[in-house]
Amino acid sequence: MEALLQAIYDGIIDGNKDQVTAKVQEALDNGLPPETILNQGMVAAMAEVGRLFEEGEYFVPEMLVAARAMQAGLALLKPKLVQADVKAAGKVVAGTVKGDLHDIGKNLVCMMLEGASFEIIDLGSDVSPERFVEAVQAYQADIVAMSALLTTTMPNMKVTIDALKAAGLRDKVKVMVGGAPVTPEFAREIGADGTAPDASQAVTLAKSLIGA
Amino acid sequence: MIGIAYKTAQEMVFGNALHPVTTPSGIVIGGGAVIPEVNYTLPPMVINETTLPEVRLRYREMTRRILQRAVELRQEVLILEFEQLYELTQYPHWGAYVTSDIKEVMEEFTRTYGVKSALRVTIADIRDKERPPRMRSGEPMQTMLKAFDQCAAAGADILSIESTGGKELTDRALLDGDIEGLVYGLGVLAPNDMVYLWDHIVAIARKHGVIAGGDTACGFANTAMQLAHQRMLPKVLAAIVRLMAAPRSLVAIERGATGPLKDCAYENPILKAITGVPISMEGKTSACAHSSPYGNLTAAVCDLWSNESVQDVKLLSGYTPEVFTEMLIYDCRLMNTALRQNAGQMLRDLLVQSDHRTDIQSLVMDLDVCFETARRIKEAGTDSYARTLAATRWALEVLLQAQQNNVTEFSRSETRWLNHLSNAIQSLPETPDELRHRLKTEYNSLFIPAEYELWI
Repeated sequence: MEALLQAIYDGIIDGNKDQVTAKVQEALDNGLPPETILNQGMVAAMAEVGRLFEEGEYFVPEMLVAARAMQAGLALLKPKLVQADVKAAGKVVAGTVKGDLHDIGKNLVCMMLEGASFEIIDLGSDVSPERFVEAVQAYQADIVAMSALLTTTMPNMKVTIDALKAAGLRDKVKVMVGGAPVTPEFAREIGADGTAPDASQAVTLAKSLIGA
Repeated sequence: MIGIAYKTAQEMVFGNALHPVTTPSGIVIGGGAVIPEVNYTLPPMVINETTLPEVRLRYREMTRRILQRAVELRQEVLILEFEQLYELTQYPHWGAYVTSDIKEVMEEFTRTYGVKSALRVTIADIRDKERPPRMRSGEPMQTMLKAFDQCAAAGADILSIESTGGKELTDRALLDGDIEGLVYGLGVLAPNDMVYLWDHIVAIARKHGVIAGGDTACGFANTAMQLAHQRMLPKVLAAIVRLMAAPRSLVAIERGATGPLKDCAYENPILKAITGVPISMEGKTSACAHSSPYGNLTAAVCDLWSNESVQDVKLLSGYTPEVFTEMLIYDCRLMNTALRQNAGQMLRDLLVQSDHRTDIQSLVMDLDVCFETARRIKEAGTDSYARTLAATRWALEVLLQAQQNNVTEFSRSETRWLNHLSNAIQSLPETPDELRHRLKTEYNSLFIPAEYELWI
């Protein structure tokens, strides 16, 4: 069993989708609990990918293939996780704010959060405050993650937070913001719960916000 | 050997272009002196109908302060750049209002103080808003053309754009580190779009008697540079993309753009070597907008010296637009003094030598490397795909040689990526059709071939 988990872990680190799916299937066939496969094989591997990225050993392309390998394994695992009533670490509604089309940073954050077993509702780019509000209501999200690259679109983060307040949702959801021009001071000023300088640290922030 | 505009790299120097351009106000660009080009933008604020009066007032004030600082420093000529934010192109009359406001202040300063200035208006490529984007058939293209037309009528002297044809594919390919996707985006999609777009821009410029400036591969090569700066992508990839992007930007000139080419196009020295048109460049003075590994080197053959884009923020000595104007003025003063004292080539070489071995990305920006890139692009013929292949292969050659000769430091991860990219580049097919068939199937949903007149 240990060898199977190690093979899943290695497959994700190497971005080997075929290996991951084959070994996840084998692990399930051998009766390994889905939660163990998820946490000890997959989430642990993505944490290591995050560490390698932070150390400059991996770049985004390597993170992406790792994340895709994980997603392939997760597709097999998901029905079993549902059966076993294993919950995601948290539900995140993510998007680039209204007027901003730069989605590279937001996509990376989504990828890393998913790798840490968060459920992601990715609204894409140029997302209006109303769409954020609707999604938070519809999915009962734990976190709203907003991204902006332009100084002229940053104010829409506050507009969105105000919209969450007006809809009576602000106390029910944590708000994290990010993007090149976003500073911790700005995050505080607009009433967000936090910001992180990169995708990897966004995971740490998300976990701390919801106590995961 | 097939000729390019300059016979050797040594012939090229800042402030001098083989084909200078004269603005309607009589400023000669590339005619023997480097001129500051100031690009300034709004602080964080929402742009809508309600805030438009404030936007217009802010631009007037910024322009006034910039020109006032120029007067104080006895700078007699200046280029201003109004680089539009999405909303100002989306509603062309808004952008035209601001153009007209800026021009009014410029004319006032000419009348009062004799300061000559010209206005570059850069239209935002709002086609990028849709995914997959409709590059030709959609409303955004028509809106952009209206924006060009209305701004030219409102007082723009130079028209430019950072066009994004192919970016829907290269954004993904960059993050995948996928050379095939990058070559297809930059060597096929982008040039096809540039032909269509620049034919329209040049027609509008001619209609209004203004200058069709140039385009920039900012959305491709500068995206790669920034992602490399943030350690998201390997520097070797960003360096290769830098040269790979040059053939795509060359298309604008071939369709009638005359320069001055746009500041954030770091590929400009290559284009100047091929065509002799004047170029704008940015370097250390654009640290307000982004970091770059070649802050001095980029000035080596510039004709306009720019700050890329600075938000209006108060500092001790004034607001940022006039602060950066002052820095640009002093840089230009030094370069122009060097030219007058026949020390231009010496200063050019010092600018190059101060940067060219300090970073992997600087290696491909070395003047001799740019010149050889120009020569190889020209030698590859008129087909953009063949040119892109030539530039890509040459970039790889430069990096491999540098690594072999320990010219600069290649970390373990950069070396791993260089080997990976080397294999990928060596197996690139000779025709775009072959490459199209080899592209990842996931890419199919990213772009609409018909929008590029492609039918496979």
